[in-house]
Amino acid sequence: MAEFTLKVNGSEHRVNAGSEESLLSVLRDRLQLTGTKYGCGEGQCGACTVLLDGQPALACITLASGAAGQKITTIEGLERNGELCHVQQAFLHEGAFQCAYCTSGMIMAATGLLHAHPHPSEEQILQAMNGNICRCGTYPRILAAIHRAAQAAPTEADDARA
Amino acid sequence: MPARELQDGFATEAAQHDVPRQLRAFALDRRDFLRLCGGGLLVCLAGEPSLAQESGGGWGRHPLPEQISAWLFIDAHGKVTVYTGKVEVGQNIRTSLAQSVAEELRVAFDTITMVMGDTDLVPWDAGTFGSRTTPTMGPQLRKMAAAARSLLVEKAAQQWKVDPATLVAANGNVTNPAAAQTLSYGALTQGEKLTATVDGELPLTPATEWKIAGTPVPKADGRDFVTGRHKYPSDIVRPGMLYGKVVRPSGFRATLVSVDTSAAEKMPGVQVVRDGDFIGVVAPDGWTAEKAAAAIEAKWAVPAQISNTELFADLKKRAEGGAAAGGDMEQALAGAEMKMDAEYTIAYIQHAPLEPRAAVAEWDGTHLTVWTGTQRPFGVRDELAQAFRLPGNQVRVLMPDMGSGYGGKHSGECAVECARLAKAAGKPVKLVWTREEEFTWAYFRPAGVISIRSGVRHDGTLIAWAQTNINSGPSGIDTPYNVTAKAGDFREVEDPPLRQGSYRALAATANHFARESHMDDLAHAVNMDPLEFRLKNLTDARLRAVLQAAAQRFGWGRQASSPQRGFGMACGTDKGGYVAACAEVEIDAARKVRVRRVVQAWESGAIVNPDGLRNQTMGAIVQAMGGGLFEEIRFASGKILNPLFSEYRVPRFRDTPEIEVVLLDRKDIPSAGAGEIGIVALAPAVGNAIFAATGERLRAMPMAAGKFRA
Ligand code: FES
Ligand code: FES
Repeated sequence: MAEFTLKVNGSEHRVNAGSEESLLSVLRDRLQLTGTKYGCGEGQCGACTVLLDGQPALACITLASGAAGQKITTIEGLERNGELCHVQQAFLHEGAFQCAYCTSGMIMAATGLLHAHPHPSEEQILQAMNGNICRCGTYPRILAAIHRAAQAAPTEADDARA
Repeated sequence: MPARELQDGFATEAAQHDVPRQLRAFALDRRDFLRLCGGGLLVCLAGEPSLAQESGGGWGRHPLPEQISAWLFIDAHGKVTVYTGKVEVGQNIRTSLAQSVAEELRVAFDTITMVMGDTDLVPWDAGTFGSRTTPTMGPQLRKMAAAARSLLVEKAAQQWKVDPATLVAANGNVTNPAAAQTLSYGALTQGEKLTATVDGELPLTPATEWKIAGTPVPKADGRDFVTGRHKYPSDIVRPGMLYGKVVRPSGFRATLVSVDTSAAEKMPGVQVVRDGDFIGVVAPDGWTAEKAAAAIEAKWAVPAQISNTELFADLKKRAEGGAAAGGDMEQALAGAEMKMDAEYTIAYIQHAPLEPRAAVAEWDGTHLTVWTGTQRPFGVRDELAQAFRLPGNQVRVLMPDMGSGYGGKHSGECAVECARLAKAAGKPVKLVWTREEEFTWAYFRPAGVISIRSGVRHDGTLIAWAQTNINSGPSGIDTPYNVTAKAGDFREVEDPPLRQGSYRALAATANHFARESHMDDLAHAVNMDPLEFRLKNLTDARLRAVLQAAAQRFGWGRQASSPQRGFGMACGTDKGGYVAACAEVEIDAARKVRVRRVVQAWESGAIVNPDGLRNQTMGAIVQAMGGGLFEEIRFASGKILNPLFSEYRVPRFRDTPEIEVVLLDRKDIPSAGAGEIGIVALAPAVGNAIFAATGERLRAMPMAAGKFRA
């Protein structure tokens, strides 16, 4: 076991976890941040996507201890004062989900993408999103949501998050 | 709708959704009753009605309550709570059912809260499958809402001492226009239950007059899903909860030879649970549970079993000697100007819902509560009750809206295992299957071999059609085309190599793939355009309508296929849904197939929520790409060879074509379910497009597994 501090969504958490324990397991089981999902545990589905210092990362194959010192953002950290960020709003607006189990990961991956490329090309979107699986098959709507978010002006929640 | 009607066709339908149990019941105090089903605890409903039998007399054994209060409650503030055993798995019925209730009750959509799949609170229900929610639960709830509305109107009439016929119910109020009097529903019920019983029919609002139903209301509680706030079954946390893990055998049908649990037992906080061949652990956190399970050394004996390369030969051998086609058929075939004989195969595939099986179990004395992801909360409740020798009313199953199922979550393995661990631990336990467990120990869409013998005249008139399906199922086997001599024959195989069960649309996918590929071959054989050939042999107006709608939107016939670009179409119907798809594929020099564009037309009666329906139809097309082109379970010696997303390919963003959905709204026809049949036309349309481009007929699903890549 190892003890370290994680900075998640702006708060510091003292964590006691296995030295090889994944960030996903720590977020879900130890910090009860269950918005980040398990889908495969091998970096293949994107359900566990979070942001590390603004960059998308797959929490299931990221060591929790290795993320100490980085700014971790999960789906729970996007909303500010009850206001959704523009990516969340765009997903809602397009109804870009069915069961929505993939949605957290999709929104985090899209947020990371738009952070790096505010006006991404189609190829940049596919490149950034192809690692995220939606078994319900809502890909066309997710693409529409990303295009919508790219056009929308950032909200207060976005400013606070950035 | 009377209970009797709810049964129509239900027994046959339900039988196909049943998952064979592979294990005897186990009793905690009788170890010898515990058997291993390849890997976890599974409870055999031996001696008890299986789902199929249960549903045959099912609604008799579980009569639908006729009390309004069993289905809906209006509190003193006018908030409406609706109770149903149907569950939300992404098909959007939490929204569409609430729309239907709001419509009949004449209240705003957002006054309604749906309580779904909580076995203590909702009327018994067989489960959410077979596209039954919209055609059966929809009318049931509408009827109850209409009855509640008329009861409220009567209450107001009594208070005001006027004729109820002069009053108007709208927007959660009853109004007397003559006297400008108004009473809200909340004021009328004062939070008391509506105790009236309803039997027989009630006039329901026709679709042409719908104001809330029929509109694109967004997903209920959508905000909870984009904020991560919604709690899926795998997200449930209980006070003092521990985490479980099951030790799996090295193959199917294995027996335990020896086990050493000493290393795991020494780990702090770890408890090992043994019950016959069942081995599990509980630990304070999931990470430790995983380590502890890995530290257990178990040896298993796995009997010899066939591999996927021997599968189709094996199925055919085992189905030999079925009933021969009748003399009329043979005569019709003998007299045909052209005959065609072809065989099609369909592989085992997995549902792979993104959320694997998960459960949290909590014991309170002899009461058991389990939160779990399932399409059959009452089925799982019964499995638990039998496994632990409890009366059904001491078991409560709750089903939080889950990370979907596609027909793959009918069974309660995870719930039973979890409850067994919690019983031993004396604390609540969470058990979440890994992706590999889900790929291995859940069940599969059945593989099958389909053969078709057909006869046609030179002028393109179909005269004989004999279709046989081995193992995959009877759904959709009857041809919708006009043909005088026709036969559909399903041959079941005893004890198939993999545990198999329901999958979205059941065998309609397999049977449509075979039929629509075959129709395409016949069209080419008689030198007719595939659309023209289909229409020539089709009088079903609804199927013609979707076929023509898809063709028109697609621009069918505007462009001829070339070796690099092919156009194909397919259509079909089952369970009251009518579908037609046109596909455009691109094939490069390396024989890599890309589906570029798909137009799909859909009709299932009056549309309850056009946005939800569009979403379902589009999702079905995307999901169908997987089974059509590349999804396939490989197995050998009792093991799944590709039990991970890195080895089992599912459709991704890059696989997704440009999709256009054309919805036909038939307000004059009762709404049918739309979650399943949208999946059946894509694969044959793509196969037919590949044929149009290359002249290669692909008769095996997945199609991009041999000569072509995707
Ligand atoms: S759970 Fe991390 S990529 Fe699938
Ligand atoms: S909406 Fe169900 S997995 Fe994406």
